[in-house]
Amino acid sequence: MIPSLYLWLLPLFPLAGFAINGTMGRRLPKTAVSFIGLLFPAAAFAQVLWIVARVHQGLTLPYTESFATPWIAVTDFHANFSFLLDQLTLVMLLVVTGVGLMIHLYSVGYMGEEEGYWRFFSYMNLFLFFMLTLVLAANFLLLFVGWEGVGLVSYLLIGFYYTKDSAANAGKKAFIVNRIGDFGFLLAMFLIIAHFGTLSFNQVFSSITSHPEMQGGFLTAIALFLLLGATGKSAQIPLYVWLPDAMEGPTPVSALIHAATMVTAGVYMLARTHVLFGRSPLALTVVAVIGAATAFFAATIGILQTDIKRVLAYSTISQLGYMFLACGVAAYSMGIFHLVTHAFFKALLFLAAGSVIHALGGEQDMRNMGGLRKKLPVTFWTMTAAVFAISGLFPFAGFFSKDAILAADFITPHDGKILWAVGLITAGLTSFYMFRLWYMTFFGSPRYQESSAVREGHGSHGGRDVHESPWVMLLPLVILGILSLAGGWIGWPEALGGSNWIAHFLDPVFASAGTAAATPPTTADIQLDRILAGVSMLTALLGWFLADLMYRRRPQLADAAERSAKPLYTMVLNKYWVDEIYASVIVGPILAVSKTLLGRGIESGVIDGTNNAWTRIGSGLSSWVRRMQSGNIRSYAGWLAAGAAAVLIVVLYLAHLY
Amino acid sequence: MLNASILTWLTFLPVAGALVVLLLPRRGRAAEGFTLLLTLAFFLLALHLPAHFNYHQQQGFQYELNVPWISSPAIHYHVGVDGLSMWLVVLVSFLAPLGVLISWRAIEDRKREFYALLLLQQTAMYGVFISLDLILYYAFWELSIVPLALLIGMYGRNDGRRAAIKFFLYAFIPSALLLVGMLWLYGQTGTFDLVQLQQQMHGWSTGPHAAGLWLTSLAFLLAFAVKVPVFPLHGWLRDGISEAPTAVAMILAGKLGLYSLLRWHVGLFPTEAAHVAPLMVALGATGVLYGALMALVQTDLKRLAAYATLSAVSFIVLGIYAFTAASMDGAAYQILNESISASAFFMLLGILYERYGTYDMGQLGGIATKMPGLAVLFVITTLSLIGLPSLNVFVGEFLILSGSFQTHPRIAGTATVGVILSASYMLWMVQRVFYGKPSTSVAALSPADVNWRERAAVWPTIALMIAMGVASVFWMHAIDLSVPGMAPNKVSLGAAVTPTSAYATLNPTRGMTR
Repeated sequence: MIPSLYLWLLPLFPLAGFAINGTMGRRLPKTAVSFIGLLFPAAAFAQVLWIVARVHQGLTLPYTESFATPWIAVTDFHANFSFLLDQLTLVMLLVVTGVGLMIHLYSVGYMGEEEGYWRFFSYMNLFLFFMLTLVLAANFLLLFVGWEGVGLVSYLLIGFYYTKDSAANAGKKAFIVNRIGDFGFLLAMFLIIAHFGTLSFNQVFSSITSHPEMQGGFLTAIALFLLLGATGKSAQIPLYVWLPDAMEGPTPVSALIHAATMVTAGVYMLARTHVLFGRSPLALTVVAVIGAATAFFAATIGILQTDIKRVLAYSTISQLGYMFLACGVAAYSMGIFHLVTHAFFKALLFLAAGSVIHALGGEQDMRNMGGLRKKLPVTFWTMTAAVFAISGLFPFAGFFSKDAILAADFITPHDGKILWAVGLITAGLTSFYMFRLWYMTFFGSPRYQESSAVREGHGSHGGRDVHESPWVMLLPLVILGILSLAGGWIGWPEALGGSNWIAHFLDPVFASAGTAAATPPTTADIQLDRILAGVSMLTALLGWFLADLMYRRRPQLADAAERSAKPLYTMVLNKYWVDEIYASVIVGPILAVSKTLLGRGIESGVIDGTNNAWTRIGSGLSSWVRRMQSGNIRSYAGWLAAGAAAVLIVVLYLAHLY
Repeated sequence: MLNASILTWLTFLPVAGALVVLLLPRRGRAAEGFTLLLTLAFFLLALHLPAHFNYHQQQGFQYELNVPWISSPAIHYHVGVDGLSMWLVVLVSFLAPLGVLISWRAIEDRKREFYALLLLQQTAMYGVFISLDLILYYAFWELSIVPLALLIGMYGRNDGRRAAIKFFLYAFIPSALLLVGMLWLYGQTGTFDLVQLQQQMHGWSTGPHAAGLWLTSLAFLLAFAVKVPVFPLHGWLRDGISEAPTAVAMILAGKLGLYSLLRWHVGLFPTEAAHVAPLMVALGATGVLYGALMALVQTDLKRLAAYATLSAVSFIVLGIYAFTAASMDGAAYQILNESISASAFFMLLGILYERYGTYDMGQLGGIATKMPGLAVLFVITTLSLIGLPSLNVFVGEFLILSGSFQTHPRIAGTATVGVILSASYMLWMVQRVFYGKPSTSVAALSPADVNWRERAAVWPTIALMIAMGVASVFWMHAIDLSVPGMAPNKVSLGAAVTPTSAYATLNPTRGMTR
């Protein structure tokens, strides 16, 4: 008998916080709202730490917990409330509750002067509830509850400033684009039910494992539909378009939901279903190609964005592409490793950007920043750690995870080298645009005095001097700063004298996927790894050098580059017009067809045409009735009822005779 | 003792109440107050049914009463419920007091007639759900048309009479065909009793009666399909819903027709139903998409609600005729969900209309800042209607689609696009009505937020949306006892459950079209 871990309690903590703040928060004082909003995530985090301790003491994984009463039970189909804890879940739990708690703490400061403070915290707690459900779920359907639930909270929080049309639009767009992905997820589940009769991870995966002859075929179909779902949630081509707009939400939301946790759900799902993908080389290739294409594509857009949050949004899309790239070559533990380090440094980037925005009273345009290094020292130094990390500079966190992914691509047969090359170029671009952001924000001469227009939304205190943020905001920055430096050391590769702990920790989950980490590396491997690490490092430095050149030492170079490639520049600046293309190729025609073909053609023409025929009969009847009686509706309804009764009696009588 | 008579009490007490209401004083709140108390009492009475239902009885009906009424022709007063109709009776009882509460201020003229007709309609709906004798059923079925038509005609917002005539003719003319079909059946069997008919008609589909049986089944199908409505027979729906007062819109579409399809079409003509099933499945999927696309381009909230209703009931039609246990259970469950969530939606629209006097989205906007309480209720209802997992509609939708997918993968897959469209038109609607800055006509008024009476009407539905989303088993148990058995040659999911047979269907096209 294994002692219980009370996993069911874990999501219920933040749900309680949501319920309390959601129902009573409007009437509670701010301190009480913050206390409740922090207490429940903290309790969840504490429980996760307790679970970690239990696992450390030798609790065997995977561990499952299931409610006696099913959620849905009909003849032929059952779905339970059941939770699964394995190494993968544990890593996700730590990220979600740990980073989540940091961001909740930060929000106390950042959102302190906002209207709807209670609403914000209740939504954030609700988010944790759904996210924990997502990572704990032991079947596809329960995962889908979390999956759509986090999408809902994302919708609510993107539209937090709902009086702003752009925010309301962005929220709606996020939900609908995600629904397209969810459509794929649903079809995948229908196919799984058709072939396995269940949605339980354990049953589905073990029946795949016990049938080595199952290859491709319907498994490819399932995998591709799941992938469609993943591209929605994790903002990959072709469904990435919602994430940049999602930056309309408050900055802590961008950090928690649109960087560290929710958008990584797609990667988590790919890792969770690796058994399925493992049987479909085609699906895996598609994953890798989508990842590589998205990583590169989004990075190019990131180069020219001037809104600090939008740069970070495109970089998130790009980094998620790396994670897909890892999953696509079956290096799932590397994908999860990058998910973890990315959660640290990208959350930090957003929070630090938020600190800058907060200091400037809501300004988000980097052209109106500059020279903030001295004024915001803590923000500057922590942001620097994050910039170094995302650029992949040794020994910061991003270096280890990104390098691990690139190395895994390189040794993949067939087109692995192409994937590696795309990843490497993207790494250079990443380093370039991140240092561009760094220079434009913190270096050079201050440009913010000139700007008087304060953006709508955040920053009701625009008039004040530029100031460093309060400690509740700085503490999370510092902690995440440390993690952005040291967080990658859990995956210090053997080639560089480390032990690659994370890969070995995750091995039991992905053992069947045949990840490289299982076998001890040979000398040749170590040589290759070292060379690749060196190449990555040089690429990152090259990006930094170019950014330094164009945005610090020779600003005129940036203008010259812009002039020399004007059409390309315009295209990238307009984000390749993808939004416009979608609007005119998909949304427009759907509305037009509904209005004309369906509305005017079928509804007015055919259906109402029949209606009119009916009505003519009706008016004929009614004029007849009118001659008989007053003509009001009661009387001829009565006539019709009486007529019906008469018909009934006559026919019954006839039937009787017959 | 109560067990045998409770259905009769439930059915005829409302009509008795209606007579009392007509005698009440015209002034004051007597009519609505009395009706509210009555309907609450009926609801409590109806709760007796699930409380004392035998959840282990697989076959047949409970709370049954079967007494000869007319000896020749042989008409029995035969009533009873199974797992499906029991919950429908409870549903009707649940919605009735809410309808009264929400009409409290909306109806000021001819109040006594209004509440009397509502009560009469309640009797008719109970009767439809509990009758197990065709003639008895037909009487209630016809009765259910009249109060609805009168209510639309007398209390319509613009052109109620026209909508009422349209509804009446749509409902009435196919019912005449139904009657002819019934009489043919009686001529052949000498009985109107559901159970006896089922026994006697066994094997007729290949015998000398085959042709007549076909025509009869089609007459039944047509009568019910119009009432659902099934695309393309929905001509009355848009005007009916947009004219109907809130309490009437709540009960206008869906459950009567859908229940009748299950009980009296599928249940009585299983073989013929199996033959038209592909057509019905296709019409269901078409209705899902057609309704959703039409809803997408509406500017009037009531019309949007009408097309959303068409889309929602079409899902149920798809589920019924896909003939898998999961899809039929899901469809039956969805009859309840659709009623509850759509009722909440209509009530909220009514609350909005009472405040701003319009259903035109062009004139509304930014109401969330003015009425945050209403916005919360509205968003939750919206989420239920678009099938957010953990709320009620998702459970039904998922079972319908996953079940239908087993027999009609392409059509079910196409219908699944409906989940994208429903999110699109509903969230766009929420945005246009509630978000952004208040529009000029909204800014001009400062009405009070949702009051206690309105909360009392809406909150019970919201509580059910959550409860039925997370604890579906409570309701599904009884449904699952009764509904899958109605299906002819039901395709069992179990066929593919074992991995070996899963491998046998490895070829995806073969596996999908199985």
